[in-house]
Amino acid sequence: MRTLHLVHLYPDLLTLDGDRGNIITLCRRCAWRGITLTVTTASLGETVDFTAADLVFIGGSADREQPLVYADLEKTKGPALAAAVEERLPVLAVGAGYQLLGRCYRFPDRKELPGLGVFAAWTEPGEKRLTGNVVATAPMLGEKSSLVGFENHQGRTFLAEPSKTRPLAQVITGHGNNGRDGTEGAIYRNAIGTYLQGPLLPKNPALADWLLARALKRRYQDGSLAPLPDKWETLAHQSVVKRFG
Amino acid sequence: MLLALWAGKTVIGVNRRLGYGGTSLPGAIGRRIAPKLLAHLAGQIPQGSTVITGTNGKTTTAKMLAAIIAAAGLTQVHNHTGANLVQGITTTFIGVAGPLGKVDRDIGVLEVDEATVPQLVSEVGPRNIVVTNFFPDQLDRFGELGKTIALIEKACHRLPPQAVAILNADDPQVAFLGPQFPGRVVYYGVETKAYGTPDTRQTAAGTRLCRICGHPLNYTWFYYGQLGHYTCKHCGFHRPTPQVQVTAVEMKGDAGLAFTVATPAGTWPLSLATPGFYNIYNALAAITTAVRLQLPARAVREGLAGYRTSFGRMERLTLGPDKKAFLALIKNPTGCNEVIRTLVQNPGPKRLLILINDNAADGRDISWLWDADFEALALIAPPLKTIVTTGLRGLDMALRLAYGGLPPAGITYQPDLTRAVTEAINQIQPGETLFILPTYTALLAVKAVLTKQGYSANYWEE
Ligand SMILES: [Zn+2]
Repeated sequence: MRTLHLVHLYPDLLTLDGDRGNIITLCRRCAWRGITLTVTTASLGETVDFTAADLVFIGGSADREQPLVYADLEKTKGPALAAAVEERLPVLAVGAGYQLLGRCYRFPDRKELPGLGVFAAWTEPGEKRLTGNVVATAPMLGEKSSLVGFENHQGRTFLAEPSKTRPLAQVITGHGNNGRDGTEGAIYRNAIGTYLQGPLLPKNPALADWLLARALKRRYQDGSLAPLPDKWETLAHQSVVKRFG
Repeated sequence: MLLALWAGKTVIGVNRRLGYGGTSLPGAIGRRIAPKLLAHLAGQIPQGSTVITGTNGKTTTAKMLAAIIAAAGLTQVHNHTGANLVQGITTTFIGVAGPLGKVDRDIGVLEVDEATVPQLVSEVGPRNIVVTNFFPDQLDRFGELGKTIALIEKACHRLPPQAVAILNADDPQVAFLGPQFPGRVVYYGVETKAYGTPDTRQTAAGTRLCRICGHPLNYTWFYYGQLGHYTCKHCGFHRPTPQVQVTAVEMKGDAGLAFTVATPAGTWPLSLATPGFYNIYNALAAITTAVRLQLPARAVREGLAGYRTSFGRMERLTLGPDKKAFLALIKNPTGCNEVIRTLVQNPGPKRLLILINDNAADGRDISWLWDADFEALALIAPPLKTIVTTGLRGLDMALRLAYGGLPPAGITYQPDLTRAVTEAINQIQPGETLFILPTYTALLAVKAVLTKQGYSANYWEE
């Protein structure tokens, strides 16, 4: 019986509509394959042993909570998390969580809020919120693979060094990282950052399995996953591609 | 001014003749001609207006209050069609004004969209403002909930000095408005722990933070969402003691609710024919306003007892002998969870039809489906005979149910909404109950199908 351990960071502070769908998806997809997935949470002031973790999830939020989280991450969890990412710990960071894992958040007055620097990326606020359905190609998941989701963000994120951080996907429909360069999200080792907020994994089972396979490979040297029927997953994914792609 | 009024009235008349219940155009035209039309009409009401705003429960609270006012023998102006933007409210006033522009009513009861509150406050100068709750709802419409709260907070400072704020003590986002409010504040809340949970791990989207200092609040009790008993250990902000409070609740499933409310004017046992714990809060808001307006206890009792559910909010339909159906709008996790709870309490065999659209009026983002507790349905899987999903996002709904732990074989997706409704109705056997849960625009579509099939024509008109 294989067991995986997921750490959900700041669930009380970094949470937006439907984030919970990602955790539900990872839990179910493990359970259907006889894998036990345990979930613990860690918030302000709590330290985390990332060497015992197999997966990390950081959600999104409105901007209000960010300074609090920045301060806590810097103090109690940041260095250990960054080290674990170097050791190929799979991480899914969404929205504000994605921004936190970049190098910094730049305000118009040139003040900077430092980030963890996992991704070679910086974020600045934009004029209009970028909102709507997103369809993107994601070659990392296989040829002709796509990602579908919904974005709603004020921040514009720019990838600084292509050699260190690649985009997760290229948008067909939607704004992506900044509405300009056609990129969406970021990937460094097994850490993924994205603006596709809320229930991203349910309709993108290939991405869920990408994370699980890497977690299994890291823990058990065997990342094989039994295939699942994925009937509703595929239908729901395809319906979004058809409508908005 | 009169020209504006007559133009507005003419448009209302034409609309009626054409069979439209058009609500915003007459007001818009009247305001174009005379921008101060609403201020002029609303300014004549002797007891002033009460504005009711917040994310959930505006319509229901306003209707309950209107029923209490009517039972007290007073006359009122009430935007009962649910047109809660400034044009629609102007239309309501144009409709009740006499030909010479006289508004001969005692009280105004105005349900107002959150974003419209600042403008309405400056034009109408309400005597009371009721704030029900602030739930994350259709975030893509407002950007962020925080902005909405700040908007209302600012508007409160522009109220007339004698105005009273009637606030939900159990919602920290609403109670936060109290200490900043320049005038008198009356709080309402639930004291009894006959309902709810001490489980503090239930997650809610960013609304369980102290709005003053940003730290997480400590809860000793949750009712639902972020509603409960809380304190902020960091800055000392805490739930105010409500002057009007519910001290006992009995949930009677489909049959509704019985509860006891303690007010400065006395302690009253009351009942509602409508299920759903959230209706306790709607009733509380209406009762608190009634107490503030010094309406008699008898009117409160009769008004609430005679109150019927507004359209789509757990409406009961009769489809034939021994065949029951409930129709309930779902639009956010909190309201949806209450509907699911009512459904789970229903003991008999039942069927479920869920209709999810993502048109502008529904909210383009349907992420909230994953925050609603559809897992609770898995607990009653056996008496749940069929589940059909439909609508533009019917496949997302089917997927949500599959991950909610419901047997995949029991879930069907029907792409054609009309067929889905027709088949669901034809399927019900005697003794079974059909629950129909649509989002807003799907609700309108369901209504059209039901009318076409001759079921309770126009039952949604009040
Ligand atoms: Zn505080």
